Amino acid sequence: MNKARIRVLVGKPGLDGHDRGAKVIARALRDAGMEVIYSGLHQTPEQLVEAAIQEDVDLIGVSILSGAHMTIFPRIKELLKEQNAEDILLMGGGTIPEEDIVTLIEAGHAEALFTPGATTTEIVSWIRDRLLASKEVSV
Amino acid sequence: MSNNFLSWKANYDAKKERKGPFFTVSSVPIDPLYAPGHTAEIDYERDLGNPGEYPYTRGVRSNMYRGRLWTMRMFAGFATAKESNERYKFLLSQGQTGLSVAFDMPTIMGYDSDHPRAYGEVGRVGVAIDSLQDMETLFGDISLDKVSTSMTINAPASIIWSMYVVAAEKQGISANKLTGTIQNDILKEYIAQKSWIFPPDPSMRLITDIFKFSKEHVPKWNTISISGYHIREAGATALQELAFTLADGFAYVEAGVKAGLDVDDFAPRLSFFFNSHTDFFEEIAKYRAARRIWARHMKENYGAKKEESLLMRFHTQTAGCSLTGPQPENNIVRTAYQAMAAVLGGTQSLHTNSMDEVLALPSEKAVQIALRTQQVLAYETGVVNTIDPLAGSYFMETLTNQMEEGAEEYFRKIDELGGVLGAIRENFFQQEIADAAYRYQKEIETKERIIVGINDFVNEGKDKIDLLKIDPEVELSQIARLKDLKQSRDNIRVQTTLSDLKEAAQGTDNLIPKIMDAVRAYATEGEMIAVLKEVFGEYREQAVF
Repeated sequence: MNKARIRVLVGKPGLDGHDRGAKVIARALRDAGMEVIYSGLHQTPEQLVEAAIQEDVDLIGVSILSGAHMTIFPRIKELLKEQNAEDILLMGGGTIPEEDIVTLIEAGHAEALFTPGATTTEIVSWIRDRLLASKEVSV
Repeated sequence: MSNNFLSWKANYDAKKERKGPFFTVSSVPIDPLYAPGHTAEIDYERDLGNPGEYPYTRGVRSNMYRGRLWTMRMFAGFATAKESNERYKFLLSQGQTGLSVAFDMPTIMGYDSDHPRAYGEVGRVGVAIDSLQDMETLFGDISLDKVSTSMTINAPASIIWSMYVVAAEKQGISANKLTGTIQNDILKEYIAQKSWIFPPDPSMRLITDIFKFSKEHVPKWNTISISGYHIREAGATALQELAFTLADGFAYVEAGVKAGLDVDDFAPRLSFFFNSHTDFFEEIAKYRAARRIWARHMKENYGAKKEESLLMRFHTQTAGCSLTGPQPENNIVRTAYQAMAAVLGGTQSLHTNSMDEVLALPSEKAVQIALRTQQVLAYETGVVNTIDPLAGSYFMETLTNQMEEGAEEYFRKIDELGGVLGAIRENFFQQEIADAAYRYQKEIETKERIIVGINDFVNEGKDKIDLLKIDPEVELSQIARLKDLKQSRDNIRVQTTLSDLKEAAQGTDNLIPKIMDAVRAYATEGEMIAVLKEVFGEYREQAVF
């Protein structure tokens, strides 16, 4: 049986326009053989979850540099739950202090969070390990 | 090429070269030696000139820092107007010489704090300003004729600036005494920073309305800060930062002229804002080239007659994108080198980033160290004692020439795409920047480029420093104040001024007086933006990566 390619929605929630990280990640994931959809800027959690479901992605990766991470991650998770789409994983990156990362991960508001300095290789392997273990996907 | 040089080269080539990289932070290869005959010929009068003399390569003032040091201007703002006001008073008490206001994202995007899109973002990355009331609080006990204030605001610049002018009016200070800068650079928003509201045409109209109003009423104000900073932060190289920013500058000049202004009526109030990254010499060359290119184009292409129209005056901020999360204290060192490059490049004002900005808004302690970095530079290192000390260096002059040539090549490409707006539509800048950002990241991951603490010299375990926390209560209290305001103000007057504004937007009159009327009535920023959106519409981009 042919396995499906990993599908990722790279999302940029919030009002800020710092899209360098989101774009670099989007391109790195594409270069790693994944199918990548980039949401563009200024998305609400509602818009991101809707797009994730419509595009049938395995994972949402969001980039947040606005300091709004403590409200956005829980909100996306909540919406995924409401839509019965909890199988879609959520990861993120940006300017997120270490203690907030611990809080968010422990509360289950995200599966993984990366901060500036994380390599795209690290992120690609995290996604592969996580999805290859749990799903019928390949790269 | 002299025989001397060739014999040196033969010697050099016979020896082993360590593994590089020998390229700049912008991936430009650098030769092992620059020497006579190997570099471009410099004609002192034509290419450099004395400081304060055309083409201003050596500086815009004849005495530079021997006359007056640069303005030490730390960008600050968080939470509510009251808290930011306290930070400003602290900074002024620490010897800072100018204010620089950071606004939160809802303010930058034209939403009031109670708008659903503002949820979670009020007071996070800057101060929340909804109405004149907040602006009055922000500058409470700070006399606006005694400070110069820079405000990082773009799409809603006309509104925020009007609030500032009216806040001064309430302090009894007339507009012609005010000094400061509004960023007001919408082109770089479409290119890199992405905080836009309206489409290009009405955005450019608001900008030229500001140029016109300022010329009459606020003559000492810098009406725009044409910014390379954000272009660089988004991933551009030094050359791209230089070329795209100057191209934007020329586009504003053309817009002003098209709106009926004489170039010498507004060009003296145009100012610039550059990044300072870690590659020391490349940055200095960028600033020197920037002054020369600007002067040459203003004189030769735009026929500027006044000397002030030819002067590129600029603010510099050290590179946020160069800072690392791991071992954050190392960022103090990076920032210090970057600050020195800006000063050797002749900046008029400087913001030094705090070591913790990669993780959060800066703590008071971190800001103080960053300000002290500038003070050490100014008072201890001696780099201020002579003007443009690197002039005549074979290396520096070669880099400066290369910057100018590279920029001219970009200007030709941009022209071919129909100018800056055409190039934006074609995603030219956006793609160039995304490519450069990706290349930089790849260089780090392949270890072609070493970043201390990231891909080499890594510490095990986490480094902990104390970070500034924004209390979530801030959002609720800001919303509550806004609610009170909306109940206590004269709402009929608000509606009248808003409908006047709408009507003016449909026509061609200058919008600034109408905006100021609405500001005086305590109409909120969000209300004014909503009215303008009805007339102007909103901008949408096709994102590329």
